[in-house]
Amino acid sequence: MQKFKQLDGLVVPLDRANVDTDAIIPKQFLKSINRSGFGPNAFDEWRYLDHGEPGMDNSKRPLNKDFVLNQPRYQGAQILLARENFGCGSSREHAPWALEDFGFRVIIAPSFADIFFNNCFKNGVLPIKLDAAKVGALFKAVEANAGYKLKVDLEQQSIAAPDGTVYKFEVDAHRKHCLLNGLDDIGLTLQHVDDIKAFETKHRAAQPWLFA
Amino acid sequence: MDAQTLYDKLWNSHLVRTEPDGTALIYIDRHLVHEVTSPQAFEGLKLASRRPWRTDSMLAVPDHNVPTTKRSGGISDPIARLQVETLDANCVTFGITEFKMNDIRQGVVHVMGPEQGATLPGMTVVCGDSHTSTHGAFGALAHGIGTSEVEHVMATQCLVAKKSKAMLVQVNGTLHKGVTAKDVALAVIGKIGTAGGTGYAIEFAGSTIRALSMEGRMTLCNMAIEAGARAGMVAVDETTIAYCKGRPFAPQGAQWDKAVAYWRTLRSDEDAMFHAMVELDATKIKPQVTWGTSPEMVLAVDGRVPDPANIGDAVRRADTERALQYMGLTANTPITEINIDKVFIGSCTNGRIEDMRAAAAVAKGKKVAPNVKLAMVVPGSGLVKAQAEQEGLDRIFIDAGFEWRDPGCSMCLAMNEDRLAPGERCASTSNRNFEGRQGQGGRTHLVSPEMAAAAAIAGHFVDVSKI
Repeated sequence: MQKFKQLDGLVVPLDRANVDTDAIIPKQFLKSINRSGFGPNAFDEWRYLDHGEPGMDNSKRPLNKDFVLNQPRYQGAQILLARENFGCGSSREHAPWALEDFGFRVIIAPSFADIFFNNCFKNGVLPIKLDAAKVGALFKAVEANAGYKLKVDLEQQSIAAPDGTVYKFEVDAHRKHCLLNGLDDIGLTLQHVDDIKAFETKHRAAQPWLFA
Repeated sequence: MDAQTLYDKLWNSHLVRTEPDGTALIYIDRHLVHEVTSPQAFEGLKLASRRPWRTDSMLAVPDHNVPTTKRSGGISDPIARLQVETLDANCVTFGITEFKMNDIRQGVVHVMGPEQGATLPGMTVVCGDSHTSTHGAFGALAHGIGTSEVEHVMATQCLVAKKSKAMLVQVNGTLHKGVTAKDVALAVIGKIGTAGGTGYAIEFAGSTIRALSMEGRMTLCNMAIEAGARAGMVAVDETTIAYCKGRPFAPQGAQWDKAVAYWRTLRSDEDAMFHAMVELDATKIKPQVTWGTSPEMVLAVDGRVPDPANIGDAVRRADTERALQYMGLTANTPITEINIDKVFIGSCTNGRIEDMRAAAAVAKGKKVAPNVKLAMVVPGSGLVKAQAEQEGLDRIFIDAGFEWRDPGCSMCLAMNEDRLAPGERCASTSNRNFEGRQGQGGRTHLVSPEMAAAAAIAGHFVDVSKI
């Protein structure tokens, strides 16, 4: 997994609550057996005016100019500013794959759905929860200032705004460690093989029907 | 020892180790696998030269991409076919039991697992699908995971997790005629919102829940994720035990007796503490219909579509306006005046035999309304289909003008060819009414099987409790 330490990135505001993972990456793209290449179809139904299918040349498709990700001032954005319950619905990890492939490394929202939040950390994407008032202030600032960037520092657990405001955020120690160092969970878990085997032996003795 | 919730008991009995920040390894008993969220996980295993820790904990089935008609001809969409073939090949490579597309045991993974007895009380169950919460109906700890976690469980038999908070949703009283577990689920979501359960494991309890069949409890736990909770669960009782008995993967003989003795302990202790409590009066729940693009945008069938002008909060008002526009609805329209174009009865929420029976009872001797272009019934599994046919339900549906299909996820998420065209409006027994969920531009109204069948006959929503 790619590391995440710091990012000084352009921010794009996606001003709606309950953005679900069906919207982030529609189902027709889930037929892929690969992990990459979902970026051009991130938010497909909002981004393009036609119906997208796998295998299309996305560069030739008509863009929805009104959709915020298509606006010239937000091109190259790496930080997605969102509203409540971002990433709800389907557990598809294709959602963070698509966001990461599109170029996002940080998502800031007042709240996230659990499975999506968890999936982000497995893919070098940092989801940050800030309270709704702070997120609301950021929405105003982004919309008022072209080229608005934020400095995100995972080590310090801080976001620095151009006006000097610093927002602190929480992150689990385990997840922070994995993201800072680009560590995958499997390798870490396999350091505890003896614990797993010991548990399994005890579990099998107690509930042998689970091992039939 | 302190009084424990059911969730505490399930968590503690699977805890392998805990780190100082609370991050834990929990042992997984059952890993259900389908074609959409597994190929990248299998690929990861291969790239790292790893093998699954315990293939006997795994059970695979293709469901999302399979066609529901003309199945003997195979899958015509080449991309979908490759994904199903990839699952088949991975199951052969690693020695994993799979019920293939034309096996009678094939079905939606969350219908198939319990039906086979592959889901049992006291288990931890995971699957790369958010509706894995369904299996909590058995007094199991069950939730959806992402593909990285699918690979992790394959490689280590464990999941990295932090313990959730516990929420108790108490529903008491007798449901009125025509009011079902689906309506309870939608009423709960309407009350607490789609993020109300975020960070929680929900236990459903109370006399209403105790009176539900296992099918009803599965419908309810299935939709815990739509309330934001990764896991929903119901304590074990005689209904649970009777359902499990004799199923292919269930224990037998002395093992059965031992298992049952343990399973009977799987309920929250009297004095157990929950972080949050919610109460609903079942006698006040009416048949529910969603009107918008989130499951929390739900009303009783006798309600009217909301008016954004009456909403103070700016973000909520904008969301309501956007939802009404997407849904092609005018504020204050009575729900019963909304005409529909299509009907979908099926899915992991409502594709079980009890759902087929309930819909058939409404459709019996009637005809699908002329304005309804397609009314389809998609049984949750091949075994549900066979049982329904044995009971003559297929004839009832076909005579009424419904299509009787082969099992799969179908138009719940429209990965196969079953989908809505832009602007089409559907009465659906599935679980998500998100924009585009059933096809780009499609408009979904979530309802119970009874309500869906009644809407098919009337051509618009009707209060099934008044029929």
